[in-house]
Amino acid sequence: MEAQCKIQICCAVVVYGSSGGTLRGVPRGLIVHTASALAVGLKTNLTAIDWLIMLVYFAFVLGVGFLLKRHMRTSTDFFLAGRALPAWVCGLAFISANLGAQEVIGMGASGAKYGIATSQFYWIGAIPAMVFVGLFMMPFYYGSKARSVPEYLKLRYDEKTRAWNAGSFAIMTVFSSGISMYAMAKLIQVLHIFDGVFIHFGLPLSWIFHFSIFLSAVIVLGYISLGGLTSAIYNEVLQFFLIVAGFMPLVWIGLKNVGGWHGIQRALGPGYTHSWRGMAHASTNPLGTEWYALVFGLGFVLSFGYWCTDFLVIQSAMAAESHLAARRVPLIASIPKMFFPFLVILPGLIAISVPTVTQHMMAQVQTTPALGVARGAATASMTSDASSVPVGRGLIPVKIDPITGRVLTNDKGKPLLDYDLATPNMLLHFFPTGMLGLGLTALLASFMSGMAGNVTAFNTVWTYDIYQSYIHKNGTDQHYLWMGRMATIGGVALSIGAAYFVTSFNNIMDALQLVFSFVNAPLLATFLLGMFWKRTTGHGAFWGLLSGTCAAALHTGLTLPADVSGVGIHGGWIAVLHVYPSTMAQTFWTAIWAFAVCFVMTVGLSLMTKPREEKDLVGLVYSLTPKPAEGHLLWYQRPASLAILVLAMVVVLNLVFL
Amino acid sequence: MGLDIRLPLGLLFVVTGGMMAVYGLFTHGSAIYEKSLGIDINLVWGLVLSVFGLTMLLLAYLDRRRAAKAPPVNPASKVPPVTRPRGH
Repeated sequence: MEAQCKIQICCAVVVYGSSGGTLRGVPRGLIVHTASALAVGLKTNLTAIDWLIMLVYFAFVLGVGFLLKRHMRTSTDFFLAGRALPAWVCGLAFISANLGAQEVIGMGASGAKYGIATSQFYWIGAIPAMVFVGLFMMPFYYGSKARSVPEYLKLRYDEKTRAWNAGSFAIMTVFSSGISMYAMAKLIQVLHIFDGVFIHFGLPLSWIFHFSIFLSAVIVLGYISLGGLTSAIYNEVLQFFLIVAGFMPLVWIGLKNVGGWHGIQRALGPGYTHSWRGMAHASTNPLGTEWYALVFGLGFVLSFGYWCTDFLVIQSAMAAESHLAARRVPLIASIPKMFFPFLVILPGLIAISVPTVTQHMMAQVQTTPALGVARGAATASMTSDASSVPVGRGLIPVKIDPITGRVLTNDKGKPLLDYDLATPNMLLHFFPTGMLGLGLTALLASFMSGMAGNVTAFNTVWTYDIYQSYIHKNGTDQHYLWMGRMATIGGVALSIGAAYFVTSFNNIMDALQLVFSFVNAPLLATFLLGMFWKRTTGHGAFWGLLSGTCAAALHTGLTLPADVSGVGIHGGWIAVLHVYPSTMAQTFWTAIWAFAVCFVMTVGLSLMTKPREEKDLVGLVYSLTPKPAEGHLLWYQRPASLAILVLAMVVVLNLVFL
Repeated sequence: MGLDIRLPLGLLFVVTGGMMAVYGLFTHGSAIYEKSLGIDINLVWGLVLSVFGLTMLLLAYLDRRRAAKAPPVNPASKVPPVTRPRGH
């Protein structure tokens, strides 16, 4: 699901200053920063210990790549990690690939905005899908010996279905990794991480953006071209633990500061601390959607569509050492995943509950007379009162127009809050030097894991599904290994291009993510029908996919969410037939429509076209594939037992936060 | 795969945790900890991370010793998982 959620809320970090005008010359991030960011007056005062922690981490990241280089002998070693990794390693990489900083920051932002209901993106929007892919789909991905998700489509359907999926996927990964890079550079600017160093060496601060892009590109390129998927997976494991290590103390100290969970409940009220309250009607809950749209749109179509078909996450399960390990990968991954809300969403809730500002904070509150804006965020008002001076709430500052320096307000004249700064401000507020270095390293690590997963997915799909299939068919294995390294360089170069492309066009990011969502929305129907209905044909699948994508575009063009300002990129560009209460509701229904149209079209066209012979579908379709032998396993070793345990834990979590 | 991930992982946490703990020791009681509500978070968390790192190193060491003690068992036990999927 996260893919979609990023589309809606999580990419917000990326859009710092996207309302602004000139981009060249003076980087927007700087304008944004001086104008608004960290209005609390928090300054990133890094000392030697912080730098040392960061350097040690980057040394390890590259060191792992170097150590793995000698193991990269065949293309299988490079692209599939030799299919030799233990389940727990792949499992942690499985969630890490998805745990980009866009998620870390975006989830903190929506935690501050919507409250604990944001955990629906995990408990409804991820766990059931992860259980499903482990139990029912992994046998086909792993057992079919496909080397990528598009290749599974080629084996199951035909060349054109694979070509469509591989092509669109390759473009999306390049842009996603570019967006990650852009967001990271932006955040580095906003948090002033490199300012001290640049000032020390007399370099212009406007280079920080370029330097950050270059640095992240070189590091990711370094460790992937050396160690391939293994290196990416190993680094994702390091990143996973680092993110936990960096955020756990944040939650600990934050909770202590606000008086624990009860303190949050007292400060924010029940609307923020219950995940299911008011779900009967779209108007009575913060997400602006009914429970059935949530369960079917988010919990089924979007979430299953992402976790079960996106090669970005599936690739780490395909690297597992055995069939059984591959099935365990998503199941193992789902256990930490279900507790992630406490690590990434809770900081957002704490950020708005922080009751009083300490002396030390007050001392740092600054004003920038040039802009004439009161930096009142530190005044921590508990209710968004309509006092004359615009203040933020808790640690969240008001949103300020990057060009004019004025406080942005909604229709009713209430100041808007810059929720994306919830998590970064928490780090700066609670962490002293030393711990701050670790927290920032965790943040940087999460950006890199998001990028690296995209780059390895790109190099595999490019080499196997595009290059080997259409450009150079009968090369040697060494040739494809070489191509993989070249594709890594190419992928990183294209990502840099994408990052600057995104920087140069204000609304391009929204447009791109909208197009991605159209392409992704119907995929689930194609995979489900392919795996569980042997009658599905290649023609049915291909045209079903295309019509699902068209249906998604049409639906968005014909509807409008109430929370955007008029007809535009977010909908209604054909006509406005229906108005949804929120963008999220519109996204869920777009997905539901795309899925339904793809499903019906695929079934209809399949019945009209000639099916493939059953003998060709063994290992690819559920009914024609022997069930995995589990007789020799003890009950607790079976994937199904693990799945039941996981689901039971999620039910309990939902009940606790009902 | 030739490299046990627990080695770099353990080492990273021992080094990082160690640095933080030592720094915390030297800055104990300093005003920088007003931010973290008076808790010497560098010392406390540095120790926690070091213990985690050491545990990882220990697990990797024990595994390696076990593998070294019984060399013939290891390759044999590795064969079935690799070939099993072909049966399906």
